[in-house]
Amino acid sequence: MKQLLILSGKGGTGKTTIASAFIRLSGAKACADCDVDAPNLHLIMGQTSVPAITDYYGLPKAEINTELCVKCGICMENCRFDAISADTDYKVDAFACEGCGVCELVCTSGAVSFKPAVAGELILYAGEEMVFSTAELKMGSGTSGKLVMEVKKQMKSSAANAGLAIIDGSPGIGCPVIASLSGVDMVLIVAEPSVSGISDMKRIIEAAGMFRIKTAVCINKCDTDPENTNEIESYCMAGNLPLAGRIPFDTNAVKAINRGQTIVDIDCVSGRAVKDVFERTMKILYRQDNEAVV
Amino acid sequence: MKISIPDSITMEKNNIKIAVLSGKGGAGKTLVSVNLASAAEGSVYIDCDVEEPNGYLFFKPDGVAEEEVSVDMPYVFQQACNGCRRCVDFCKFNALAYIINKLIIFEEVCHSCGGCLLLCPAKALLKKKKVIGRIQKGISEKVEIYTGILNIGEASGIPIIKRLFDRSAVYEDKPVFIDCPPGSACIVMESIKKADYCVLVAEPTLFGVHDLDMVYKLVRLFNKPYGAVLNKCIPGENPAEDYCTQKGIRIIGRVDFDSELGIINSNAKIAVRENEKYKKIFLSMLQKITGEVRA
Repeated sequence: MKQLLILSGKGGTGKTTIASAFIRLSGAKACADCDVDAPNLHLIMGQTSVPAITDYYGLPKAEINTELCVKCGICMENCRFDAISADTDYKVDAFACEGCGVCELVCTSGAVSFKPAVAGELILYAGEEMVFSTAELKMGSGTSGKLVMEVKKQMKSSAANAGLAIIDGSPGIGCPVIASLSGVDMVLIVAEPSVSGISDMKRIIEAAGMFRIKTAVCINKCDTDPENTNEIESYCMAGNLPLAGRIPFDTNAVKAINRGQTIVDIDCVSGRAVKDVFERTMKILYRQDNEAVV
Repeated sequence: MKISIPDSITMEKNNIKIAVLSGKGGAGKTLVSVNLASAAEGSVYIDCDVEEPNGYLFFKPDGVAEEEVSVDMPYVFQQACNGCRRCVDFCKFNALAYIINKLIIFEEVCHSCGGCLLLCPAKALLKKKKVIGRIQKGISEKVEIYTGILNIGEASGIPIIKRLFDRSAVYEDKPVFIDCPPGSACIVMESIKKADYCVLVAEPTLFGVHDLDMVYKLVRLFNKPYGAVLNKCIPGENPAEDYCTQKGIRIIGRVDFDSELGIINSNAKIAVRENEKYKKIFLSMLQKITGEVRA
């Protein structure tokens, strides 16, 4: 299975818009939304089947039994996550607790125990045409990297025979992004022609580079700032990063999405442009490393 | 009723902390927080989006001082390790392994909890510092700028956010504007923990509404007062506005989609410093926020 991951560094550059168009154009049998903090792909996939939903457990969280607690404070002293507070009783802040187990280790009166904690939901749409794996992290939860791994695992095991998988990623460069990068064949970065967008693009290119993954760049809303668009292209050329094309700003894109459609479901400028980007991306994905891109 | 907007708002002796969040990336958190901080003058701006900080690109602060942020990491004194594997069994993050008579630490998955150091009976594990990023402090006109920057390849920026709040706590009499990361996970929670008021920035798309719903639930869970700013408004339907009406969320401001603002923003300029009409928009938001917090 060839896996294409779509990332951007900066949020709101159009990852999901482009991922959903790619899914339509490719007829990929497998797809996933790894933006578990704020998943959106399910809003425009038009899935009709009822999903299978399973609870996702993060690490169990600490709880203090106030009857056994002697209020010595040693747990609070040793907790590196400031998760324990002392009012009249010692208490664990479940949002801050990372489940490391240090409080249980240091407690001399056996007052600490660990309770399983649901940290989100894993969601699987397994239709005949396609498998779509997604998830939703519970608010304020950590361990999003682990949930991203689960999303990818669920996709792979349910669509073992799929030739191509398209994966929508999350913004940033931190743990969910790092988790989404492992094992993919190529990253397509959706850049935006703004000073912020360029700064964020450079950081995500560097992050993907650490994993030695084939990376290409496309520019969305390219006509909103032609100078910055040129700067992105020069930067990519200087760094030998293949360019997968440009997509102009298009008010029809917003209209399509607000109706739950992808930009290739309607006839519009951005939809036509994304077809070229898709074709070029597929060439890059399937070409041998020593071949030049045409 | 027409509300009169003053030319400036005195926020001296006003240490209100305002967090700006959106769930969705690219909705306009940085636009709103940078411009609110600039409109307030004499304020503090803290960029908690440590994975992709952008605020400093707008403020271009002067006199930048930098400080490294590090976390404690274990390292192995191999000669002392007796191979008991108690640390390996204890570590919930699988950050230690004992392979071919050697204890190995996987720093990238270590959460720095310190458990292995505490329990090693042979005292074979020692503490070292690992730099995960840095914070910068500078000034732009009358705004104190704090930026957190996570090193590329690091998983969690939470220690950097904690340091940003520690260092910026010296300004007891200035309003503080917190630019949050996207999403609604632990890192966002850390950013809004100390906030007195949360500004939810929403864009008029189906995606924007879905993610607004997430941060709306988050601020309610933490009992924070909140209001919404509708960004990128275009004529016609606005699903974000409909959502606010339906949930009874107060709309404290509205920023229309216009290409002039688009160019100002894409070139990392500060709208309220460029044009009086934008200053009015953000001053009006500030007035509503301070009104709500005082009430």
